[in-house]
Amino acid sequence: MRMLINVPETVVADALRGMAAAYPDLNVDVENRVIVRRDAPVAGQVALVSGGGSGHEPLHGGFVGPGMLSAACPGEVFTSPVPDQMARAAAAVDSGAGVLFIVKNYTGDVLNFDMAAELAEDEGISVAKVLVNDDVAVTDSLYTAGRRGTGATLFVEKIAGAAAAEGQPLERVEAVGRQVNENSRSFGVALSACTTPAKGSPTFDLPDGELELGIGIHGEPGRERRPMMTSGEIADFAVNAVLEDMPPRNPVLVLVNGMGATPLLELFGFNAEVQRVLRERGVAVARTLVGNYVTSLDMAGASVTLCQADEELLRLWDAPVRTPALRWGM
Amino acid sequence: MLDADFFRRWMTATAASVDREAERLTALDSAIGDADHGSNLQRGFTAVAAALDKEAPQTPGAVLILAGRQLISTVGGASGPLYGTLLRRTGKALGDATEVGAAQLAEALRAGVDGVMALGGAAPGDKTMIDALVPAVDALGTGFTAARTAAEEGAQATTPLQARKGRASYLGERSIGHQDPGATSSALLIAALADTAEADGE
Repeated sequence: MRMLINVPETVVADALRGMAAAYPDLNVDVENRVIVRRDAPVAGQVALVSGGGSGHEPLHGGFVGPGMLSAACPGEVFTSPVPDQMARAAAAVDSGAGVLFIVKNYTGDVLNFDMAAELAEDEGISVAKVLVNDDVAVTDSLYTAGRRGTGATLFVEKIAGAAAAEGQPLERVEAVGRQVNENSRSFGVALSACTTPAKGSPTFDLPDGELELGIGIHGEPGRERRPMMTSGEIADFAVNAVLEDMPPRNPVLVLVNGMGATPLLELFGFNAEVQRVLRERGVAVARTLVGNYVTSLDMAGASVTLCQADEELLRLWDAPVRTPALRWGM
Repeated sequence: MLDADFFRRWMTATAASVDREAERLTALDSAIGDADHGSNLQRGFTAVAAALDKEAPQTPGAVLILAGRQLISTVGGASGPLYGTLLRRTGKALGDATEVGAAQLAEALRAGVDGVMALGGAAPGDKTMIDALVPAVDALGTGFTAARTAAEEGAQATTPLQARKGRASYLGERSIGHQDPGATSSALLIAALADTAEADGE
């Protein structure tokens, strides 16, 4: 597998150096692996800290900036960051108003963020946590680690970030984050596996003419393998899987998210099919975002995330944001 | 009796063994996880060996506490906190003694394994590192060699199991038929302990 890298051991550090060069609004600590908005801490505002394994770019570092995250902590590829990173980030961004950790529900992320919360609290920082677990492909039961956090992470980070930017207190920002997560569901499909730099070959074997339904964002195989389907058939399957789990009440925010190797041409075509299914099911669409936001290295495929948004969530979604990957209104 | 140097050599032997087996661990992890278990533990135990060289802790407990702290700070993922907790708890249970007996180590290791179960929420049979560690600790009363055999058998016995914890649990029944990478690396840790003891004629 050919990759645009030097050596596998330095991919994360190399990417951080490149981000630092591209985005002067960010303070990138390459050695300690913390990305902080340059004007942090912002007086009177709750700070948002997220993080996770690398390989999902632009998540999370690309969402650092006014109106969204205060800091992000990238781990090794597909490996959660270590507690020291989040503790350092929390200390860098806390204005005294407290810090909200946004954590995708994976065993490693949860354990490391919990340990980081203890470290930060020892330093007198108030920490709250929102767990993102939106993936309907995983049964949430005693027999799994619970649902995975995927596309809804973007909605949680944007909307809670807007609440924080308005000066809302920590309990409110946390409650908004939880509300977004509880009202969001995702489903993803893969047309190819992805290749981690450390391994150098695809993480699973997907024969020609087949696809994986219900994948996560770490190159793990999905729940089910089927003969290849058309964009329209995939949209039917994915949207129905989401709606079965969450019958819609409010208009929805739609995220049609690329997994990394699917061209925008295909993603826009897929979005047309997603909107068709929603129309057929009588679901009103408030806003739509199409692009590569929560990726899985070079995996081909897409995920659909729906978030039921009441007027308040919609207002916060529309609020100004200025980050490398999401930017409007300022 | 086992002194600080014995524990340092155990950790160094683990680092060497993880180095040798990294590709196999990653291959196992790629079948039911995310293909990074080998490289993550390699990074962690390399840091452990370097820290022990530099700081030279004076008691068995201090060696394991330092090793655990290094793993927590360098590995990430679930294995960082879980292996870090295993070694830290074991080290704390050993207290300040400058030398410990095999029975004391067995008891301390049980405290470490209990710590891992409390943190990760896994029980025997969930297809995790616990499936190698619990039989190993049970067998440690009989001897180091018995512990190594029990850990290896425990790791192999995870193959027909369905994963209930960690990332492999997302696969449901598709996790059946693959040996668990965490149980496999736990067996390496116990094998390194037995190797170190045998080299000492313990």
